[in-house]
Amino acid sequence: MMSVPLESSLPPAIVLDEVTRSFNHRTIIDHVSLTVQQGELFGLLGPSGSGKTTLIKLMAGIDRADSGSAHMFGVHLPKLEMLHRFGYMAQSDALYMELSGRQNMAFFGKLYGLKRAVLKQRIEEAARLVNLTEHLNKQVAAYSGGMKRRLSLAIALMHQPSLLVLDEPTVGIDPVLRRSIWQELRSLAAQGTTIIVTTHVMDEAEKCDRLGLIREGRFIAVDTPANLLAQTGSSSIEEAFITLGTRMEGGAVR
Amino acid sequence: MRVSALALRIMQQFVRDRRTLALLFIAPLFVLTLMKFVFDGQSVSPDIGIAEMPAALTEQLTSSDADIQSYSSIDEAMADLRKGNLDAVLTVNNGRPSITLEGSDPSTNKAVLLLLQNILREHVNIDTSLVVSYLHGSADMASFDSFGPVLIGFFSFFFVFLLAGVSFLRERTSGTLERLLATPIRRHEIVVGYLAGFGVFALLQATLIAAYSVKVLDMYMVGSIGYMLLINLLLALTALTLGTLLSSFASTEFQIIQFIPIVIVPQAFFSGLFNLEAMNPWLQKISNIMPLYYGADAMRGIMIRGEGWGDFGVDAYVLLGFSALFALLNVIALRKHRQL
Repeated sequence: MMSVPLESSLPPAIVLDEVTRSFNHRTIIDHVSLTVQQGELFGLLGPSGSGKTTLIKLMAGIDRADSGSAHMFGVHLPKLEMLHRFGYMAQSDALYMELSGRQNMAFFGKLYGLKRAVLKQRIEEAARLVNLTEHLNKQVAAYSGGMKRRLSLAIALMHQPSLLVLDEPTVGIDPVLRRSIWQELRSLAAQGTTIIVTTHVMDEAEKCDRLGLIREGRFIAVDTPANLLAQTGSSSIEEAFITLGTRMEGGAVR
Repeated sequence: MRVSALALRIMQQFVRDRRTLALLFIAPLFVLTLMKFVFDGQSVSPDIGIAEMPAALTEQLTSSDADIQSYSSIDEAMADLRKGNLDAVLTVNNGRPSITLEGSDPSTNKAVLLLLQNILREHVNIDTSLVVSYLHGSADMASFDSFGPVLIGFFSFFFVFLLAGVSFLRERTSGTLERLLATPIRRHEIVVGYLAGFGVFALLQATLIAAYSVKVLDMYMVGSIGYMLLINLLLALTALTLGTLLSSFASTEFQIIQFIPIVIVPQAFFSGLFNLEAMNPWLQKISNIMPLYYGADAMRGIMIRGEGWGDFGVDAYVLLGFSALFALLNVIALRKHRQL
């Protein structure tokens, strides 16, 4: 196990070093290195099939890299205990339709070892945050798409993880609530929670501290939104993304 | 803690899903009832032990369809009958032929009696009225009483297998397994949680089926109902672990259904519903790897022969062994989704 020097400040939330992962002889993640500091709000952008979900699983230690190493808060992955500090909202809502919102939350809360009193309090807090308090006792099957997304988000927040990974968190959520969720994410980050968000919404991407643009299993750029704009001379992240993508393809031909 | 959370969740889901509950509880009773009305026995060539018999009669018996075995004393023959090696023991007492039937299988009883009556009719120098007694069962035991215990085992197995397979699969297709595996739950906790959650319903189902079979359908039952429940529960446990294990190799509900002809139907053939004596002995050995064979054997022993732990204990251990094996393989199969 890697030891962290005592005099160093906080270890980074995530360190990926030359990580490679392939499935059935297809390389999904190709020698990726990345460091995300604690309290950072990091945006992951890339077309579908570019390897975002696989990368997230490697960061969390749910999946093991074929080569290279991954550390979370200085601990070599994969390690089961680190999942306590990890909150995950997947792209699919992953809820139990037969159960009520509260039962869903209670189930996942208990998996994180939350005890009765704390559990009850956290359920209320998280539900309030995503504006679901009055619907908690309804069966999830009766929820709208946006409500399911919000419940899914509430479940990811409930155990107060130090690393929060949100895969497309605001799809199907109305603009007003979306803004309040982003405010909450910013305030969580300010309190030291590291947040990694994948998104397709470009105005959301601009709210991140740094962006990683991923294509075909590799980062084509990792920088602050402002730097990315300046570097490509674009007026929007979308444009910057396209410019960088074209550059990479040009490079490959040469 | 995590195990109980998972078990509680499964129970909550079940209670909300009325149709599935109906499948689990009502369907077996319905099918059992139908079977009772529909079924009739089939014929076999019986094994008959003979002792202390006139030579002429022995000779005539030996040339008949039955497999005849001679014993030097009636006690030896009776001992083999108790062990289940014989279907009947024939002897002559004070000039009157007297037969003791093993009695578990009414169709075998009928076959033995028919055969003997035909032979004795030709043999005029002794009194032809046959004295019949039963080791187990009785003259008015119907065919259904004999394979009823097997059917009880079969249906608990079948429905639990189906439900466990489908709900574990759904956990995967709905993405909840992925989310579950992003929490610190251990792989074996998932498997044990499933066992506990489903186990409660399996126990309810076993109780209901047992009570219905004995009280309502009036099946022949001389053993302990506690043992009957135990075997039923062990069978359900095996079905549960096998169902969840195999669901790892299916990607849709339809593919779970495809396991039925491969996994369930062969077990029905080898479970004792049909007499396998005519089958190639090498093929008969296949029944050794079929969980249902052991469950059915124990159920029949308990209900018809009133067997105790000493007689069916081995069956129970084998079923437990199967469950443990399947559960372990399932824990390993989950590695596919998370390395830890």
